Amino acid sequence: MFNQQSPFLQKAPSVTLVMMLVIAGLLPGILAYIFLFGIGVLLNLTIAIVTALLAEYFILKLRNLPVKLFITDGSALVAATLLALSIPTIAPWWIIVIGTLFTIVVAKHMYGGLGSNLFNPAMVGYAVLLISFPAVMTKWQLPASHLLDFNIAQKMEVFFYGTQNLIDSVSSATPLDYIKTQIFLKRPFDLNFSYGMPLNSYFNASIIISLSFFIGGLFMWYKRIITWHLPITYLVTLTLISCIFWLIDPSRYLSPFIHIFSGGTLLCAFFIITDPVSGPTTPKGKIFFAFGVALLVYLIRVFGGYPEGIAFAVIFMNICVPLIDSLTQPKVFGHE
Amino acid sequence: MNLIDKIFKFNGGIKAETKKAISTSIPIEKITIPKTLILPLRQHIGNMPKIMVNIGDYVLKGQIIAEADGSVSAAIHAPTSGTIRSIEKLLVPHPSGLPDYCVVILPDMKDQWIQKSPINWKKIGIDETIKLLLNSGIVGLGGAAFPSHLKLGVNQTNKITTLIVNAAECEPYITCDDMLIRERSEELIKGIQLVQELLGAKETIIGIEDNKPIALDQLNLFSKKQSSITTKVVPTIYPSGDAKRLIYLINGIKIPKQKRAAEYGIQMFNVATIVAIYRFIQFGEPSISRIVTITGNLHRPKNYEVLFGTSLRDLIKKSGGQIIKNDTYIMGGPMMGFKLPSIDISVTKTMNCVISAEEEMLKEKKEPLPCIRCSKCAEACPVELQPQELFWLSKSDQFEKAQSYNLFDCIECGCCSYVCPSNIPLVQFYRYAKSEIIADNIAKEEADIARERNDFRILRLEREKKERAERNAKRKLENNSGEKAKLIAEKRAEIAAAVSRTINKEVN
Repeated sequence: MFNQQSPFLQKAPSVTLVMMLVIAGLLPGILAYIFLFGIGVLLNLTIAIVTALLAEYFILKLRNLPVKLFITDGSALVAATLLALSIPTIAPWWIIVIGTLFTIVVAKHMYGGLGSNLFNPAMVGYAVLLISFPAVMTKWQLPASHLLDFNIAQKMEVFFYGTQNLIDSVSSATPLDYIKTQIFLKRPFDLNFSYGMPLNSYFNASIIISLSFFIGGLFMWYKRIITWHLPITYLVTLTLISCIFWLIDPSRYLSPFIHIFSGGTLLCAFFIITDPVSGPTTPKGKIFFAFGVALLVYLIRVFGGYPEGIAFAVIFMNICVPLIDSLTQPKVFGHE
Repeated sequence: MNLIDKIFKFNGGIKAETKKAISTSIPIEKITIPKTLILPLRQHIGNMPKIMVNIGDYVLKGQIIAEADGSVSAAIHAPTSGTIRSIEKLLVPHPSGLPDYCVVILPDMKDQWIQKSPINWKKIGIDETIKLLLNSGIVGLGGAAFPSHLKLGVNQTNKITTLIVNAAECEPYITCDDMLIRERSEELIKGIQLVQELLGAKETIIGIEDNKPIALDQLNLFSKKQSSITTKVVPTIYPSGDAKRLIYLINGIKIPKQKRAAEYGIQMFNVATIVAIYRFIQFGEPSISRIVTITGNLHRPKNYEVLFGTSLRDLIKKSGGQIIKNDTYIMGGPMMGFKLPSIDISVTKTMNCVISAEEEMLKEKKEPLPCIRCSKCAEACPVELQPQELFWLSKSDQFEKAQSYNLFDCIECGCCSYVCPSNIPLVQFYRYAKSEIIADNIAKEEADIARERNDFRILRLEREKKERAERNAKRKLENNSGEKAKLIAEKRAEIAAAVSRTINKEVN
């Protein structure tokens, strides 16, 4: 394309390496997740990654793009991993396949492939699944410590045929979902033990996983793959909003502690809103973006129709990115 | 911390391996007079100088062979005594690879100086001294090659308070300034005092990167006694040697692209330029040689003091030739330099460094991937631009928008390309967009001129038509009155008489 011109030196991690570092950042969280929820996590990840790479391969062929160059960039791998981590571990296989296909084919390649997607691909896949299969997507497995009777054979059954034959004691709604229903029905809720399910065990598991993602996030920050702007703004905003409501009426609103450590809050803070392609590029823009996502996440969680609002919040804020970027251009050296 | 010690860090920049040590272990070697000298006439920014010699003329060392044409120009001097063999178009060190006018001198090896005339500047005054500098041939030796007399002359329009001496030398590999300071710091300090007085500046700050401890010691040794000269050590972050970045590092003043430092009371000179000015005023020696770093993939990388016009091939040979043969050479630094079309060219005023390309510089650039908007480039940009936006806009030919994102503030330092994970040749895109915009503006200007011409032509045609009509009307009016009218009346009467006579004849 060009005759080689200056600069003649280059020292940058390749896109592939950047993506692999993201995967490395996800590893502590993934390991904790597997440890607490069992083999389902691994199955989800495997199905998602295989589907993603196959879909990527065929689409690249179809689009006449150099397959080897793009399939090794690692972006499909990251998107598939993030999606798999968002889907309940007791979802049947076809749920994951559908979600991954939406992620790779629609959200990524139909918008132009690597670098061109307007929306966070994993969140598009998740949103499609949540809207299409709300029953499957809101039923979560209980942490392993409470279901010694949930063996691999049962898992396989769930994996192939869904949860209809499954005894209720291994699955439940998430705490956020449960509390929302209780509030909606104007019933009191007890976080220690109520509705016949051990919320505490959920929180304990959730806290461990969240902290693992936090450690992975710190690693990404240390490796300078992400800057502080997005995760810190997101977490601070979510804490502040939930704190205000909680102080107004602790019996109706959850504490900031629960908001931070439940759902995918930390996964979202460090790995989902930090997707560079669909996010803003300016430092100020990143602050506005994360603030917007946190605000929407809280509103959807507390006042919206879905138990978890990260996917919708991210997709909505993705729409605002061009505007945010153009309004937050930093001052150029020496300009007034 | 004292305010004078404070360093104002600019955004981004890069910490590349400096690779300077390979060419600093041996002192500067002075090259003897070569068999031929090829002097390109265009070695500076501005007009090509006017040739003052003919083929076959004998010239003395330091004699002007081409005179500055106008004030934005610089003279060319004979680097040694000899005869003018030819004046012809030959290859010059320029990225285009196109030949340009050169004067070829055959040295007589006597190295006979012309009558040197040192300048007693205190006697003749600063203004006269600066005028004389027009004939010194001195241009910015840091690589910019801007005629120095113009930079010294700014005090006539702007009051200069601070002289900043650029000893940063931030590009990897280049060591000619480092070596100059190490070996000639006494002359440099004297030169600084002189330039400071010529500028009317109150103080001088020498900006030097912290990777040159020996040079720094030398500077401190000689500048200790001078209260008006301070040395400021800046961190080794490319591009700290860029004029506006260095001013910010030292003074904390951010000067935008379209403004000149002089408007802020600051003037900057490179160390080598200062020594050249000193030698011209003190000894009457014009700009005929420079120090050049020959480094990189060579057996003996080092610095040479060379007469302008010396063949680069000779220097490469002297340095032992390439270790790994690839016949690729870069002039300037690896970040902003350019590939030389050939080494059969001569050393010029702008040639501060020639790098024999290392393996990593040659690598066929990895296939570029699409931009993933990671904004590493924005983090690295010392001008605080948004390179990723400029890239999109340049790539999609949205030039107006690119300009509104301050494309022309880009200094093409290459930091963005250096850090890009997608291997995008970003700077090339900016160069492309800039050249398109400039070409567009020229075309627009030409179109404007053409339209004006056409408008004027229409106006002129109308005016001529009107004038003609007026003239005719006037003539008619004149015809109907005065003597002419009488004459015509008489003639008409005569005709009428003749006609009536004829009629009468016929009747008869």
